[in-house]
Amino acid sequence: MLGEGILKGLTETARNFAGSFVSAERLTTVQYPEQRIPTAENARVFPFLVYDGTDWEAGMRCVACQICEKECPPKCIYIEKSKDKKPDFVGKMQIYPAKFDIDVSVCMSCQICVEVCPFEAIKMDTEFELSTTDRFGGLLYDRKQLSRSNEYYHKIHPTEAAEVDARLAEEKAKAEAKVKAAAEAAAAKAAAGLSVSAKSTAVSAASPAAPVANPAEAAPAPKPDGGGE
Amino acid sequence: MSAPATDISIKLARQEGWNRPPVIEPDGEGELLEVAMGPHHPSTHGVFRMDVALDGERVIRLKPVFGYLHRNHEKIAEGTSYLASMPYTDRLDYFCSLTNNWAYALAVEKLVAQTVPERAEYMRVILAELTRIQNHASSIGFLLQEMGASGTPLMYAFREREKILDLFEGLTGSRMMCNYMRFGGCRVDASPAWLDATRKVVAGIPEFVDEFEQFLRTNEILMARTQGMGILRPELAVNAGVTGPMLRASGVNYDIRKVDHYGIYDRFKFRVPLGDHWDIYDRYMVRMLEIRESIGILEQALKEIPGGPVMDPRAKIRGFRPKPGEAYGRIEAPKGELGFYLISDGSPNPYRYRVRPPSLINLTVLEDMCLGHNVADVVLIFGSVDIVLGEVDR
Amino acid sequence: MKTVEEIKAAIEAAVPGAAVEILHNPGSSGQHSLVLGQKWAVEVATFLRDDPELALDYLSNVSGVDWPDREIAEKVKVTRQVVRTVDGVEQTVDETVEETRKRVEPGHLEAVYHLYSMEKKQGPLVFRMRTGNRSDKVELPSLTPIWRAAEFQEREIFDLYGIVFTGHPDLRRILMWDGFKDHPMRRDYVEPDDFEYEPTAHDEVLARAQEHKSGEQGTGIRDQEAAKAATATGVGQ
Repeated sequence: MLGEGILKGLTETARNFAGSFVSAERLTTVQYPEQRIPTAENARVFPFLVYDGTDWEAGMRCVACQICEKECPPKCIYIEKSKDKKPDFVGKMQIYPAKFDIDVSVCMSCQICVEVCPFEAIKMDTEFELSTTDRFGGLLYDRKQLSRSNEYYHKIHPTEAAEVDARLAEEKAKAEAKVKAAAEAAAAKAAAGLSVSAKSTAVSAASPAAPVANPAEAAPAPKPDGGGE
Repeated sequence: MSAPATDISIKLARQEGWNRPPVIEPDGEGELLEVAMGPHHPSTHGVFRMDVALDGERVIRLKPVFGYLHRNHEKIAEGTSYLASMPYTDRLDYFCSLTNNWAYALAVEKLVAQTVPERAEYMRVILAELTRIQNHASSIGFLLQEMGASGTPLMYAFREREKILDLFEGLTGSRMMCNYMRFGGCRVDASPAWLDATRKVVAGIPEFVDEFEQFLRTNEILMARTQGMGILRPELAVNAGVTGPMLRASGVNYDIRKVDHYGIYDRFKFRVPLGDHWDIYDRYMVRMLEIRESIGILEQALKEIPGGPVMDPRAKIRGFRPKPGEAYGRIEAPKGELGFYLISDGSPNPYRYRVRPPSLINLTVLEDMCLGHNVADVVLIFGSVDIVLGEVDR
Repeated sequence: MKTVEEIKAAIEAAVPGAAVEILHNPGSSGQHSLVLGQKWAVEVATFLRDDPELALDYLSNVSGVDWPDREIAEKVKVTRQVVRTVDGVEQTVDETVEETRKRVEPGHLEAVYHLYSMEKKQGPLVFRMRTGNRSDKVELPSLTPIWRAAEFQEREIFDLYGIVFTGHPDLRRILMWDGFKDHPMRRDYVEPDDFEYEPTAHDEVLARAQEHKSGEQGTGIRDQEAAKAATATGVGQ
């Protein structure tokens, strides 16, 4: 019969239309902004800078190495290094960014800055409702606007943040172990040096013959200039 | 048609101008009506213009005009490193960003003879076939939209596409601009949870295809408007460099997955659908059948995917400087043959970076197919070519 | 498929006198190319398409490449005859000195063609054609009558590089608008000074911003024309 194909199609549409009143699978419209679909955990929108602890300036992980600035495809990151240094999470003195601007209207969310950062300092946010009425500076974020705490990072990307924390803890443990070993070696050398000169002068301090029992007392950790200088 | 569909070694007597568009004489008298269809047009798949000269409703001349989306991607790539060009390739054929990424990664891997671990190859195949399914479904939806179906088949296709895009977001972080492939593998590994979600989605696609076909396959309006329309002869298709579903609907058995044996496609059993009548209906049928074949490949790949790393540990992400040389790498993208031609002179930026866009080359024969038909058919024929302006203009 | 050497031999046999050289590709892809002379290009292309063994009926890709002028500094050993005093006796002796000579190798434009065979499922064959130079001898024969696939791609090379393809049925700009001057993909293309607000300017964008703000005259072709028009009206007044 002529029109049979069209009728078949119309029954399909009718089934979906009637079904949308009874089954959630057939009702595919989400009434945004009253209803929102939860974003996937991996979603990436725009970058932010991670800081540890509560003070965003002191805890910022970024050391202004400018690798992300170089690798960024549309060159939307602008970094100026600081003149002084502040200690990082291992205790080493690092420079920090005096200026760290990201032009979010140019950023294309490619995540290359996150991939190449060696210090886990920049991560991707999931906030996308960022529209503003200021055309010329409204979407230029400076380092204060970009800083978010590590707790926030855990909230939006739990698995990723857990992995990053594990990696950083491992690095910190390795650095501390290195410092310990260096201190032990230095104390052993000092002890050997002392024992040679002990023949002439009676020195009673940390007994030279016995191995240094607690290297933590011999060398206060973390040593600012210790480690890999 | 009398000529056997798959025998393209028929060489016609090559008269002068055999591969030029036919010259149509107008029936009536007076001037031809010159209409600019586009660039601001709901049916032109983007900012695309066609200068048509009409005699009543018949098309006498048709010239495609584009360049409205020209961003000079090739020159940008000459100024940035190889890695930084990867997010830009997402934006070429913005429907199918993962196949664009794969084509570029393949070309660079050919340039430096980089190996890829097995799990990464399986991930690439899975994502490429998912991309193919959602691209073909959307393309059919858009074709029906232009036929006047007011969006119903399109929204059904998009409902399925949303499920696939959610999978992409779960894996790569972004629905469309995935930036996932790297030179030597893939960026992140897929968790077992993601693979299970993919298996669920793939299990639901045959039902969707059946539902979709029930709408369309015997629909009288579709058949009346597309059968016998927009015929592309196989010799002309081959000579004009047409590739992809459009070529296979003209009966030519050339699928780069089978010809080049790139990736691990040799391990999967799949058929290549060919068309007999070389018209729009055949292009629609070839796309539907390719969706079904892709489902088969996906099921096999999801079953066989091994463990292991997804990135070759010796591959360099930063400071990538290939030796001087050149390479041309191509894949079977959903729209046709997507190729990248790279010339390296030893510096971190490519010396010459060229994209071979399937949509642009497929448009070469638009004129031949449209001349002599009505204006309403031009929209349909153009929709069956399935172009994306991001790729045509780069 | 036959190797590049065998194809070269086949071409020389079929089209006598054709200038064909092999350009070795130093990278790892193994895709060596042939360099064809312009005069025989159409005949060689017809042979490549119609030969029953090669059957290269599918032209996949046509690219343009710009090789600008290069300055080469070469160390040359120069032997001269010099008068020297040896053991109190004046003699003419050969003296060898190493000199550094600089010369400018003129650049050229290039069109690279990638061919495959759909019939025999083989390929690719890469061949290239070079123009005389980059300024006035920029013609190349068009291969559109042989492979229709070259139509739009040769137009694009004309638009972006400036190679004029003789014999092309419809050679006009395809991606840039019709009144555009200059060829954007060339290595010495200077963009017009249309600098807009860029908040995070650094590297070359910063240089452009400073140039723009200082009011210096840009050197691109649109700026030159604007300057000419300005002086013309100035003179007219």
